[in-house]
Amino acid sequence: MKELSLNILDIAKNSVKAGAANVIIKLEENEDDLKVIIADDGCGMPSEMVARVTDPFCTTRTTRKVGLGIPFYKLAAEQTGGRFEIVSKTKSYEGDTSGTTVTAVFKKKHIDCLPLGDVISTVSTLIQGSPEIDFVFSHEFDGKKVFLSTAEMRELLGDVPLNSPEVLMWIRDYLEEQYN
Amino acid sequence: MKSLAELAAIRERMQSKVNIRENNASMRIVVGMATCGISAGARPVLNAFVEGVANAGLSNKATVSQTGCIGICQYEPVVEVYNGDEKVTYVNMTPEKVAKVIEDHIKNGKVVAEYTIGAATK
Repeated sequence: MKELSLNILDIAKNSVKAGAANVIIKLEENEDDLKVIIADDGCGMPSEMVARVTDPFCTTRTTRKVGLGIPFYKLAAEQTGGRFEIVSKTKSYEGDTSGTTVTAVFKKKHIDCLPLGDVISTVSTLIQGSPEIDFVFSHEFDGKKVFLSTAEMRELLGDVPLNSPEVLMWIRDYLEEQYN
Repeated sequence: MKSLAELAAIRERMQSKVNIRENNASMRIVVGMATCGISAGARPVLNAFVEGVANAGLSNKATVSQTGCIGICQYEPVVEVYNGDEKVTYVNMTPEKVAKVIEDHIKNGKVVAEYTIGAATK
């Protein structure tokens, strides 16, 4: 991956695949660290699976015996002197909660830290692909906070799908304005 | 300044088009967006299709969607165009190639042979 925003897209796609109704993507930056939290309320994974997901020879895909999404992401964090953590829970009884939270910390000043890149494209791509999921995106840096919640948008849009071209263009402009 | 209130205006504009949207688009453009696709550059290809189809006024003719790994990772970004029973597989796609696929194939029904997997494996 050439930019962290592509890793974020790839990891958030696992939440989509886990059947999540809500996905939170939270970026917090200070002078030294970029912390990225990707949290979902999908089906979660049993502990044996959690222990194996950083192994490239563990995958849910059926077309290959390797899965590189999580190993790539973990490497991207650890090669900067940062850290990677995955916490997951499956339902243990009817009505129980489930979900997965992936947290990565990147040391921004390390020479091997990839640029964050086009995170706006990552958000719009996720919404385009899964308009039925509610995404909450936030990015805090330099005392600023960029924020988007699809649940808030849905209230105003009624039955207009979130992946309509007009809406996707609005999302892009709305986020770009907040960054500028 | 962009505000959430603009979404209400989009809703009003779209409501008059609801009937158009209900027409079943006959073509499907499917972009492979697994780890292999994303790392090879599928994200800008997908966005070029989303914007290109909308800008060409072809939204009622073709839909753009995402899928997982298609199984030919070495040819990513891979894009499949379905039209009825016909499937065309475009490989090693770039945003620049997308414009030609939209103009020739989606708009005018003429497959861009030189971008297809058949041409790539010759």
